[in-house]
Amino acid sequence: MKRLLLLLPLAIFLGVAVFLYAGLYRDPAELPSALIGKPFPAFSLPALDDPQRTITEADLKGKPALVNVWATWCPSCRFEHPVLNKLAEAGVNIHGVNYKDERAPARQWLSDLHNPYQLNIEDAKGTLGLDLGVYGAPETFFVDANGIIRHKYVGTIDEKLWREKLAPIYQQLLDEATP
Amino acid sequence: MRRLLPALVLGVALSGNLQAAIDTYEFDNEADRQRYRTLVEELRCPKCQNQNIADSNAPIAMDLRAEIYRMLEEGRSNDEIIQHLVLRYGDFVRYKPPLDARTFLLWFGPAALLLGGMGALQVIVRRRRRIESSPVATELSPEERERLATLLDRKDP
Repeated sequence: MKRLLLLLPLAIFLGVAVFLYAGLYRDPAELPSALIGKPFPAFSLPALDDPQRTITEADLKGKPALVNVWATWCPSCRFEHPVLNKLAEAGVNIHGVNYKDERAPARQWLSDLHNPYQLNIEDAKGTLGLDLGVYGAPETFFVDANGIIRHKYVGTIDEKLWREKLAPIYQQLLDEATP
Repeated sequence: MRRLLPALVLGVALSGNLQAAIDTYEFDNEADRQRYRTLVEELRCPKCQNQNIADSNAPIAMDLRAEIYRMLEEGRSNDEIIQHLVLRYGDFVRYKPPLDARTFLLWFGPAALLLGGMGALQVIVRRRRRIESSPVATELSPEERERLATLLDRKDP
């Protein structure tokens, strides 16, 4: 019993060491989204390419989609854009939320760099962004065919990340949608 | 020192200005203003970690301050406002996390560690005291004395 007690500090040390070691590899900037498993928040916002047209959350339903929050003031969005173009070309259904941006430069961006988005939602005041819990662009939400948010990725999507982590998630949503 | 003092005074004066520049909201009464201050100090900025939304200059913090002000004007309670933000940003936005099974360790861990430490200390002290006060013969027995003598006499090989 006494000998076991002597080992106690070592056991505590090992426990703390494992805990801290695991902490080394966790990104503290990554927040778990509070919206996973919840329906995409209700909104009614103009289309970026056609301000007369109003887009609502109902337009997102039907098939799985990526909802990408972007802005022209966001440098990583520019880095991410070619990847989104490639994904769109490969048939991935992507919608864009132009977050706290101005219409003219945003349109210019899409005509210069190609438009990978099916729907272009203009969120000039950031109201949808606030409801989505967006804290920095780019952020990408994975929405299933029923309009439920299933996954969220904060940060730039690159090809490796898509291949290894995100494509399987999207594929799963596709599989669910086609029984 | 002669230079440091004016710099300090200037710094303090400037920081006062800065504080005033951030708060441009007008409140109907002092109670609302107080509530606003508590809320922005208790809520955490999602972008710039380790700052509350009162201290942060990030655009998201500005938006959240505007949102809190809007909800205060609507006459919502503190709990409703906090819930509103937690639903969007998760428990992360609260500097005061809720008390539930996940945060149990966080709330009571330090106190438990302190109590455990004090308990261990007490056990050790008590044991020491028992050893000191117990009537142990401090005199060596003849055998022990003999052994000591041989040990002391022995030359190292």
